[in-house]
Amino acid sequence: MSSDVRFTDFKSDKQPTWCPGCGDFGTMNGMMKALANTGNDPDNTFVVAGIGCSGKIGTYMHSYALHGVHGRALPVGTGVKIANPELEVMVAGGDGDGYSIGAGHFIHAVRRNVDMTYVVMDNRIYGLTKGQFSPTSREDFETSTSPDGTNQQPVNPLALALAAGGTFIAQSFSSDSQRHTEVVREAIEHDGFGFVNVYSPCVTFNDVDTYDYFRESIVDVGDEEFDHDRGDYDAASDLIMDRDREYQGVIYQDDDSVGYETREGVEEPMVDIPDGAPENAMDLVREFY
Amino acid sequence: MPADLNWAIGGEAGDGINSTGKIFAQALSRAGRHVFTSKDFASRIRGGYTAYKVRTSVDRVESVVDRLDILIALTERTVEENTDELHAGSVIIFDGERTMMSDFEAPGDMTGLDVPLKRLAEEAGGAIMRNIVALGAACEVTGFDIAYLDESLEKRFGGKGQAIVDNNQAAARLGAEYVREEVEVTTDYDVETTDNDYVLLNGDEAIGMGALAAGCRFYAGYPITPATDVMEYLKGRIEDYGGIVVQAEDELAAVNMALGAARAGARSMTATSGPGIDLMTETFGLVATSETPLVICNVMRSGPSTGMPTKQEQGDLNAMLYGGHGEVPRFVVAPTTVAECFDRTVEAFNLAERYQLPVYLTADLALAVTEQTFEPEEFDMDAVEVDRGRVVDDESVAEWTNDQGQFRPHAITDDGISPRAFPGTDGGAHMSTGLEHDELGRRTEAGEMRVTQVDKRDRKVETAIEREEWSYREFGDPDADTLVISWGSNEGAMQEAMDSLAEEGIDVRFLSVPYLFPRPDLTEEIEAAGDVIVVECNATGQFADLIEHDALTRVQRINKYDGVRFKADELAAEVQAALGEAPEAGAEVEA
Repeated sequence: MSSDVRFTDFKSDKQPTWCPGCGDFGTMNGMMKALANTGNDPDNTFVVAGIGCSGKIGTYMHSYALHGVHGRALPVGTGVKIANPELEVMVAGGDGDGYSIGAGHFIHAVRRNVDMTYVVMDNRIYGLTKGQFSPTSREDFETSTSPDGTNQQPVNPLALALAAGGTFIAQSFSSDSQRHTEVVREAIEHDGFGFVNVYSPCVTFNDVDTYDYFRESIVDVGDEEFDHDRGDYDAASDLIMDRDREYQGVIYQDDDSVGYETREGVEEPMVDIPDGAPENAMDLVREFY
Repeated sequence: MPADLNWAIGGEAGDGINSTGKIFAQALSRAGRHVFTSKDFASRIRGGYTAYKVRTSVDRVESVVDRLDILIALTERTVEENTDELHAGSVIIFDGERTMMSDFEAPGDMTGLDVPLKRLAEEAGGAIMRNIVALGAACEVTGFDIAYLDESLEKRFGGKGQAIVDNNQAAARLGAEYVREEVEVTTDYDVETTDNDYVLLNGDEAIGMGALAAGCRFYAGYPITPATDVMEYLKGRIEDYGGIVVQAEDELAAVNMALGAARAGARSMTATSGPGIDLMTETFGLVATSETPLVICNVMRSGPSTGMPTKQEQGDLNAMLYGGHGEVPRFVVAPTTVAECFDRTVEAFNLAERYQLPVYLTADLALAVTEQTFEPEEFDMDAVEVDRGRVVDDESVAEWTNDQGQFRPHAITDDGISPRAFPGTDGGAHMSTGLEHDELGRRTEAGEMRVTQVDKRDRKVETAIEREEWSYREFGDPDADTLVISWGSNEGAMQEAMDSLAEEGIDVRFLSVPYLFPRPDLTEEIEAAGDVIVVECNATGQFADLIEHDALTRVQRINKYDGVRFKADELAAEVQAALGEAPEAGAEVEA
């Protein structure tokens, strides 16, 4: 890792095709800054992205990256990190990728607690397919596939994470660049699964969960007067279950968390292997006597 | 008296049938006898019918036969299920004091040997050892030296303390003594022993061992019959080499984890069976198009859907050859014997990395669960070579960058093979994607690059066909008029069938094919033969279809895959070109 890495080193020469004003710009900038601020560089960083507007992030960032299939980014990140714990692994996706098609993987990634960072660009809408409701859309949200509202409860991703035994649960807002960057940095530094749900507004298809809405309603749990203890599980639970307000900041963190790969005893990258069978390989055969 | 002895223990699931059978098989192996086992089992934890069968001989045995000489029957159903295999000389060992066996009488001329298994086991220390009492009885009946059973019991129970070993050995002796002293039985079975040291293992274990020998460090899987043994074998062993077994939440996750580990530079694998293959097919195209080396082991069972989870079938060939939308190169390697499971697994890892694509390594259920004896040297660790393919390091990465210094993971090359930079390589940062991409791994929809990348990926297959030996194993008379071709576990049975056929005056040339794609070109062999017969465990003849496909060369092909539909004028030109006439000027079609 070199110490003189700038966040722009994580920028590729591809211009994003996100709509002008899309929240994903701010989300990505914060990710790049947080990576640079934590001493990482593109050659030791692996970004995994899913499908959707969010999934394009691997193209716009410069690092090792895989843009996978819909909903399975977390398992890919899990494999990358375990196979080489020296890499900084960041998984990015959207609310559809993470909480709909990939919801099963989300819960299991949380409880497995591999030391990686998961950034979800939550815009509460399907943007790339041009405006259908998502798992975080409000119940009365009208879209092309829900002209009378969704008639379903939105998923509470932070509650899912808490219930699954999450060790780092945070939320940020793409337009509050400084706080978003800080929160992602803390997620990277956390030893375990650092989960950040980022309010990342869709300016084209969501006229409800807008920048103005989030600016007006967001409460920062890091504010001094708020006096939130992120190690307090019950306090975190109360905040997470409060659907009347939107919170940003680190809501819950377990200081004792140790990444799965460490608990499993993985110490070295699994990359270097002998040119032939291991020295004691005949012992494997003799076991069958 | 035939040279082989066929022995079985049967009862309900939960009766300890499998472990008892394995103990007996192990004892025979210790005695320097060859063993070939098979299992009748059901997908349930308790009840039903299950049996473990052992065929043993001083000579190598490669298949099962329809003959059962000694049967330990814990239930009457065990006898009913095996009526056709039992014969006048068969001995059935049962416990007449067991309520469900109290009315049992051995059918016909068979010898029923009523041994109070439970009572004797209790005498030795616990009813749980009743199967061991039966093993002791079986040793006495067959004249098999019980000392070998002692060794086998030591191996099985040694970890649980000497007292448990002693009790089990005592239980076996009580069974033997009872037969010797209390019942009259005369058989002419003679279980001769030799000084040979054999190892006893099944196909799943051979695959797991091959993976370790080949440097596999990452395994992710979801338990499924009959592939779970691969995972259970690796768990507890792979860690010794710095590796890991991850039990994923489903097969979708398993294959994606394995993919991630492979992208990180580890030799990586997953194993599953049909239903898991269906799920993994979602990610298969990504593995192939991102050119990630991955070994996907498919231990086949009866399909479709949940099918018959504990039964034999070779029904997934088409799924492996063609599964998934779009067109992606993949290899399909199918060992034909338990020992070959080891060699082909090592090879599968090399092929995957050399050609940077997914390799299906497939064993059918019969291969996977059959425990068979081998000379230890048949697992030739010295012959294992690890070839990681075209991997660049911090220095050589520069040979594969563009003029802006960007690494080209999908560089266009003559042989189709691009360089690989493991994450962490300085200057190698790059992406890949399931989208069609350019040399840098970035999305493209440009027709020309699309065609170039498709051709590049396909060229890897052409390269592999040229460079690798896609051989078959040949048996019988090379000049015979009758040609039999098969794949998978049928090899052993066919070999032995050829002996019977020869006695009937039917000579056969038999080709056992372990490579299904790419596969050996059998055109000459087929043309030289009169009758051609393809043997496989499925209803529609999937391999037979391939053989016929390969032999049919009449069709010319016009293909277009640049993302644009056919236009009438270019199609006319293409047809003309195919007919050997000059195409219209200006037509641009990639063929």
